[in-house]
Amino acid sequence: MVGELSGILEHVDRIGNLDLEGVEPTSHVVALENVLRADEPRPSLPRDVALASAPEPQDGAFRAPSPQAE
Amino acid sequence: MTDLLQLTVLEAHEAMVAGDLGAEEYTAAWREAAAGDELNAYLWRDEGGEEAAAIAVERDCVAPIAVKDIFTTEGVPTTAGSRILEGYRPPYTSTAVRKLLDAGAPVLGKTNMDEFAMGSSNENSAYGPVLNPWDRERVPGGSSGGSAAVVAGGLAPWAIGTDTGGSIRQPAAFCGIVGLKPTYGAVSRYGMIAFASSLDQCGPLTRTVSDAALLLGILQGKDLCDSTSIGIDGGIALPGREDLSGLRFGVPAELRGDDYDSGVRAVFEGTLRKIEDLGGEIVEVSLPSAEHGISAYYVIAPAEASSNLARYDGVRYGMRAGGDGDLIEMYETTRSEGFGPEVKRRIMLGTYALSSGYYEAYYGQAQKVRTRIAEDFTGAFDSVDFVVTPTAPSVAFELGEKTDDPLAMYLNDFFTVPMSLAGIPAISIPAGLAEPDGGGPQLPVGFQIASPAFSEQKLLEAAYALEQGIGFDARPVGGAGG
Repeated sequence: MVGELSGILEHVDRIGNLDLEGVEPTSHVVALENVLRADEPRPSLPRDVALASAPEPQDGAFRAPSPQAE
Repeated sequence: MTDLLQLTVLEAHEAMVAGDLGAEEYTAAWREAAAGDELNAYLWRDEGGEEAAAIAVERDCVAPIAVKDIFTTEGVPTTAGSRILEGYRPPYTSTAVRKLLDAGAPVLGKTNMDEFAMGSSNENSAYGPVLNPWDRERVPGGSSGGSAAVVAGGLAPWAIGTDTGGSIRQPAAFCGIVGLKPTYGAVSRYGMIAFASSLDQCGPLTRTVSDAALLLGILQGKDLCDSTSIGIDGGIALPGREDLSGLRFGVPAELRGDDYDSGVRAVFEGTLRKIEDLGGEIVEVSLPSAEHGISAYYVIAPAEASSNLARYDGVRYGMRAGGDGDLIEMYETTRSEGFGPEVKRRIMLGTYALSSGYYEAYYGQAQKVRTRIAEDFTGAFDSVDFVVTPTAPSVAFELGEKTDDPLAMYLNDFFTVPMSLAGIPAISIPAGLAEPDGGGPQLPVGFQIASPAFSEQKLLEAAYALEQGIGFDARPVGGAGG
C-alpha cells in the first residue's frame, strides 16, 4: 500500500506547483449562509430504538471499554 | 409478464393511471424478475416479509425501485457495501426513500456498491463485485454499479444512486442506461450515508431520459433535515423537446486529445454530428483547470471522508471487534477488520492531506483548484448552453483489470469529476456501442452533457431530444437472469 499511496500523492502533487495566489478556496459550491430553523422541540428517537443497533448496550446506555484501562 | 418488464416506468405509470395495468401485477412481475439476479447486484430484496412492511408505500404504485444500499431504510439492512455495517438496521428512513414511498414507489431491493461509494468498478464492495449484464467478465462501473446493473439487466424498472465524482454517470455509461447527477443541493442528503459531504448527491439511474425526469421530480426539494438542500425552483416536468435548434454545445479543447479509447472517441464524434443534425451548434470551449480535477478531487474527497468515517467506532452501531482491550484498541481492531483496503487508503490520504504542515499544500491548494474549475464552467456557460464530453475514457473494463493500480482506477473519473467539483448537473445518456481498445465485445458508450446549476429542466429537454435522435435501443444479450 505504501507504493500505491506514493503514486497517488505524486499525481496529486501536480497541483502543488500551480500559482493560485489570491484565489479564494471553495468549500461549498452553493451560495448559502446561516441556514436556520425555528428552535422548537421535536420528537427524537426513543432510547430503546437508539440503542437497538448498539454492539453492547447496558443499563439504557452505550457501553464501551474504558479509555483508561491498562 | 415479460411484456410488462419492457415498459418504461412512464409507460407503466400511464397504463396504471388509465386503469389498464394493476399496480400489484406490475410490482409482482418486478419482484419475480429481481429474484433472478445472477449479477450479485442486490444485497437485499423485498420478499414481502416484515422488513418490507417497515418501508410500506403511502399510496398507489408508481413503480417499485431499486435503491443503492447507501440510503438508510428503517428496519431494512443498510450496509453501504461495508463489513463495518453488516447487519445494521437503521432506525430511520432517508428523505430520498421517504419521498419515493410517499409517491408510491416501493423499495424493490437494496443494490450492491463500492464500499462507502469509494470506487469506479464496484470491486470494492465487501460483498463481492457486481457483474456487468453486457459481459459478465466486466465491471458495471461504480460506485452505483448495482443500481446501474439492475436497470440494464432487467432486474428493476429504475433505480437511485449517489454521485460524488461520477458514481451515477460512469456506471450508467458502462451499462448503457441514463444516469443523472443533479445540482448539489437539488436532492436532500438526509439519511444518505456520507462519503464526501460537499460533493455527494443523489440521482436517478433509468432506461430513458423521461424516466429520469419523472424520478428527479419526485426526489428533488428542500428538506429541513438537510440544511444544504435547496430543491429546484418550479420542479421538474416531463421533457418533450424535439430538436436542438438554437442551442450551443461546448466541447472542451482540453479534452480533444488522444488520451482515451478510440472507440469511445468515434461514438463521441458521431454524437456531435447528431447534435448538428438536430439543429444544435458545436463550439469549442476552454476549461483550462479541468485537467487538475482528479488531483483536487482525490485530496478533497478523501479529506472529507476521513472526517465522515470517524463515526464508525464500534460504540453506537455497526460492528465492534476487540472489545476486551482498552478503548483505543477496540477502535483500531474494529476499523482494521471492518474497513476494506480502498476505504483505508482514502482515510490515510485524507488525514495526511489535512495534517498540520501539509494542510495548505494539499487541502488548501485543492480548494483553490476547485474555485478555478467552477470559474472555468461559469466562463464557458457565458457562450454555450451545455458542455459535452464522453462520460468515461473507456468502455467497461474487465474485472481485476485495474484493481492493482488505484491511480489508473481514479483516472477513469477524468470526465466526471470536474462537474462534481463545480456542483453542476450532468447527465450521461447511451450514445452507441464500441469495442474496447485492444478488442473485445461491443459495449455501451456514454455521452455526458453538463449545464449550469439548477438548470436540470433545460438539461433534460436537450438530453431527451438527443436521445430520440440517437435512438439507442441495444440491450444486453441474455440480460441478468439465467
